[in-house]
Amino acid sequence: MTSAQQLTIIEPPRGWRPLDWRELWEYRELLWVLTTRDVKVRYKQTVLGGAWAIIRPVLTMVIFTVIFGKFARMPSDGYPYPIFLYAALLPWTFFSGAISASAHSLVGAGALVSKVYFPRLIIPLSSMGSALADLIVSTGVLLLMMLWYGVGWSPRLLAALPLLAGMMILALGIGTLLSAITVTYRDFTHITPFMVQIWLYATPVVFPLSVVPERWRWLIYLNPMTGFVEGFRSAFLDKPFALVPLAVSFVIAVVLLAFGVAYFERVERRFADII
Amino acid sequence: MTTTAIRVEDVWKQYSVGLDRSAVTMYDAVSEWLRAPLQRIRRLTGQGGDAEFFWALREVGFEVREGETVGVIGRNGAGKSTLLKILSRITAPTRGRITLHGRVASLLEVGTGFHPELSGRENIFLNGAILGMTRREVARKFDEIVAFAGVEKFIDTPVKRYSSGMYVRLAFAVAAHLETDILVVDEVLAVGDAAFQRKSLSKMGDVAKRGRTVFFVSHNLGAIRNLCSRALLFEEGRLGFDGDVGEGVARYERSFAAAGSAIETTQFRGPLAQHVRFDSLICRQDGQVVEIIDPLAPLEIELRGFASESFPSLDLKLGFFRDGVHLGSCHDTPDEAPLHAGEFVSRLVIPADVFRPGRYSIGIGAVAGIGTWVWGSDVAALDFSENRGGRSDERTEGLLAIPYRGERIQ
Repeated sequence: MTSAQQLTIIEPPRGWRPLDWRELWEYRELLWVLTTRDVKVRYKQTVLGGAWAIIRPVLTMVIFTVIFGKFARMPSDGYPYPIFLYAALLPWTFFSGAISASAHSLVGAGALVSKVYFPRLIIPLSSMGSALADLIVSTGVLLLMMLWYGVGWSPRLLAALPLLAGMMILALGIGTLLSAITVTYRDFTHITPFMVQIWLYATPVVFPLSVVPERWRWLIYLNPMTGFVEGFRSAFLDKPFALVPLAVSFVIAVVLLAFGVAYFERVERRFADII
Repeated sequence: MTTTAIRVEDVWKQYSVGLDRSAVTMYDAVSEWLRAPLQRIRRLTGQGGDAEFFWALREVGFEVREGETVGVIGRNGAGKSTLLKILSRITAPTRGRITLHGRVASLLEVGTGFHPELSGRENIFLNGAILGMTRREVARKFDEIVAFAGVEKFIDTPVKRYSSGMYVRLAFAVAAHLETDILVVDEVLAVGDAAFQRKSLSKMGDVAKRGRTVFFVSHNLGAIRNLCSRALLFEEGRLGFDGDVGEGVARYERSFAAAGSAIETTQFRGPLAQHVRFDSLICRQDGQVVEIIDPLAPLEIELRGFASESFPSLDLKLGFFRDGVHLGSCHDTPDEAPLHAGEFVSRLVIPADVFRPGRYSIGIGAVAGIGTWVWGSDVAALDFSENRGGRSDERTEGLLAIPYRGERIQ
């Protein structure tokens, strides 16, 4: 009546199947609606509202600066420690927020999943929105800090966009994987926060890459966040990019996304039965 | 020429018993692996015994033509909801194949995805998108939806401040304005007060008249008779009847009258559990066996069972529970009375307007003296329909309708 006759065939699931891009595209409005819902609701009924997006990373920066900058006297490659830290803390806060949110997203949307059909991938995808909105707000603070400390504001700043894209690919890959696993094994609601915490200290956020001994560098390069965090630091602090870790990060991110989505698609038909 | 809208071919659906199994913790999974690796491998490769699974649907096959309105009836657990979930693509069939021609929308619950912090306006767009409507479609129908729900004044208020009646009216209104070729609807018409229910039913009737295919599950046999031309009757996962709606409903009512609500003997404990057996619980209103009870009409409950020996004095008891709260009990005799060996039948009559809409859990037992008893909790459930007799939500709060007389003295 309304649309041209559309044909749907429902059959038992058969192992690995390719992602249905067309269907995902048809549901883009739902993706948008769910994303904006999360963003809108995030700071509802808080006195400070959206200011939390600034307060949280700034407070973290102050605490880390006192602990690592003052007490531990962590080297910072010649930059003032606060801005050295904040330039890496921003992408890290986005990443950890995005994977934490998406890991829990499917379980949290249980009512939706067991009552309505839509490509389930929409759920972990839409859960990234809030972290992204926070990132945009807190980047404003960083740009001001750069003026204050008189660093950056160079063409290298433009690299932040492709870096963000790469980091989103990585966060999506890990997020979809974690969300699907968490449906079956709720243990991951407890494991994920620890994983995120340990991951922070395995990434050069509070320390510079230069403190890692040369012969262990390859190990830290295998952490896909190393390349992105260092890349953001280079973009904001106007220093040369380390291309090897960046390339490694992009490759790992793409591989993880492909694997995450494939695994997700394989198990998604089971979700409604076990959620 | 009529064409096929839905074709269901030999559909089976299997669930593992105790669905928690798959949602257990990883600790359980690992320890089970360690304890019984062989069994686990067998289960993973699908050679495990059938004991762990049950078939919610078996060899279900039928066709629905475009523009038909089909009612699906059957007892709780007969497979109706499973079929709807498969048709809505929420869960996948274990075997078989379904072909749907046209755009499908399914409505298994009202207000799915509603967010309490968002306003009525925002929730209309949110819920519309979840149900598969485009933004433009929702915008076009927006005024109609708001008017149908009757919430014009509160449209920019967060829905957490709505009364429960306003909430369900708004939720249903969005869903009622879906425009698709095939509409799959579960028991969602039983929301709101009587007036709103009538409005919802006539809206469904309009949808059906406009040539859409409607697939409708309900316990409300009157609504099925009015709206549908054809009935599918499910019995223990199988399609037991497919044909004229009058015949289907009649057959369902007969099967219900014969069986009542079966009571499982395994649920009873106590020293008398071996001697007194409870077989069935049948609810009647106006002489008709009912599955969904009208709270505003008197209810007659018949309890049948079997005693393997005679008791000089024994008291049969029925307890009502809601959300774990014991609301009260009824006894079949005012005082203890003798019970003779063999079959027994007891009858309780509960006046109109005692219970509120919703589900009450039933416990059944017998006492023949101190320490000589049998009791089974949660052996049956009574479902009272949303008939509030036109009274507002605030006037029908709570678990019981306390019989009282109120007056203002000054």
